[in-house]
Amino acid sequence: MSALSVRHLSKRFRGLQAVNSVSFEVPDRGIVALIGPNGAGKTTTFNLIAGAIRADGGEISLDGLRLDRLPPHRICAAGVARTFQLVRPFGELDVADNVLVGCLHGERDIGRARDAARDILQKLGLWEQRRRLASSLTLPDRKRLEVARALGTRPKILLLDEVMAGLRPVETDQMVAFFRAINRDLGVTILLTEHVMRAVMALAQHIVVLNHGEKIAEGAPQQVVRDPAVLECYLGEEAV
Amino acid sequence: MIRAWLGPIPPRARILLLIVLVLLLAAPWFVDTYVLSVLIIVLYVAYMGQAWNIMMGFAGLLSIGHALYFGIGAYTGAVLYMNFGVSPWIGMIAGGLLAAVAGAIIGALGFRFRITGVYFALLTIAFAEFARILMDNFAYTGASGGFFIKLGDPHAFDLWNLRGSPVMFYYLWLAFVIGALLLCRGLLSSRLGYFWLAIREDQEAAQALGINVFRYKMGAVVLSAALTAVGGVIYAFYNNNLFPATTFNVGRSVEMLLGATIGGVGTLMGPIVGAFILTPMGEGLTILVQPLQQGGLHLDGIKQVFYGLAVIAIVVFQRRGVWPWLARLFHLESRRDDRS
Repeated sequence: MSALSVRHLSKRFRGLQAVNSVSFEVPDRGIVALIGPNGAGKTTTFNLIAGAIRADGGEISLDGLRLDRLPPHRICAAGVARTFQLVRPFGELDVADNVLVGCLHGERDIGRARDAARDILQKLGLWEQRRRLASSLTLPDRKRLEVARALGTRPKILLLDEVMAGLRPVETDQMVAFFRAINRDLGVTILLTEHVMRAVMALAQHIVVLNHGEKIAEGAPQQVVRDPAVLECYLGEEAV
Repeated sequence: MIRAWLGPIPPRARILLLIVLVLLLAAPWFVDTYVLSVLIIVLYVAYMGQAWNIMMGFAGLLSIGHALYFGIGAYTGAVLYMNFGVSPWIGMIAGGLLAAVAGAIIGALGFRFRITGVYFALLTIAFAEFARILMDNFAYTGASGGFFIKLGDPHAFDLWNLRGSPVMFYYLWLAFVIGALLLCRGLLSSRLGYFWLAIREDQEAAQALGINVFRYKMGAVVLSAALTAVGGVIYAFYNNNLFPATTFNVGRSVEMLLGATIGGVGTLMGPIVGAFILTPMGEGLTILVQPLQQGGLHLDGIKQVFYGLAVIAIVVFQRRGVWPWLARLFHLESRRDDRS
């Protein structure tokens, strides 16, 4: 069964076709990676799914519910949580309050929301920094905070936009283990974009490759990384 | 409940707060009528700053048109009392509701059409100016000639009709400032308050976390407008005269936001601290230049010049305002590890 279904999604910015009739499926409780060179349309696809921008055409649905005409807060309520590639922390709030805001989405009681936030902070290794202003964190920590805040909304599907950029290999492995755990234990479906192939190969069960806004390949990780079309777009023609 | 409110306040801040409160409660017995009148203005500026701060400080919505809500409250209260014999307390409810509707209209216009930041501020000014011109020509309330509330016995103590001495008004303002402080404190530690702060910090991120940004922004405008109008009623009954040119003046809007800005936007104590700094200094300056005035030197705008300098000083030296700096200096707020 498919949780998230994207069909013929298109978006044009002035002269640029950022996303061109892209279709893919993310199975329930699955982990799918969206990869491709810079400017391939990955972040635009994320923004379209999360409702930050409106699609020119195509359909997006989660568990049968159409998302593509809903405002962002309703999409969140439907079970989609996203992180921002260019992190957007609530800078003047401390780390704990940032996560608390996420937790308050589904929890009206402040005390219980705080408990939920504490769990997430501890799992993501941010507990020690809970009293610091979000703006004072290092970039990798701010990326972690993005994840923590998104998880607070108890999503069905988590959209991770390059959350492992800038992490050291050990930290990357920790994050991979963390995402595996929330996928396995909490049943959270994950759609991620990532340039860190180490993380993509370790996490994804299925990979969708975009280039110039179009899907050029998809399949199991081992198969996709050997695909000539994929190698060409990453390394240039002569490498094939 | 009380414990929850006092919870995160450090002991030394509690003691200081208590001392200030006792001093304020005792003040009418120690000060002369002039100082009392200045203190009344201080409390008025503090309360208006608190109301304005809900929009700007909590939800990040800049309004430079709060004179509109103030005027709606002032005129509603005054007209209901003079023409229909209705108590100003009922007038506060009516004025508050009317101002809330006005705020909702401006908010809906601004937020639906994505007018943000400075442009939203311009929209608020436009509405206040529109109201000023309208009221300048509205015969029912005396147009530009003004609207007056009948003076009662100055030594009376008629709280129901707000007819009484300056001391009564002093305590009334004090009660409202304390009430607003408690209200704001409760708001900031509520779900609503956290959503406002999230919207202030980053609207798009707030939306992605499921916050209905439009609805919560509307909430901030409506509440801020209603509280401002309630203050307008008290002001009208203290001054007993209302003129469109001074009531809906941009200068009045600026006066409301100035104290809060100097004291610290988005903080609970900022509007109060700012009012205590700004108003006495402005008044003091007026007294200082009085001999020069009598000597034939015209310095009519001196207070405004001083306000301008105060704003420049704050922007240059303490962007976040005086209160956060004071709180840090004297350890008056529960510690937060801001600096890494």
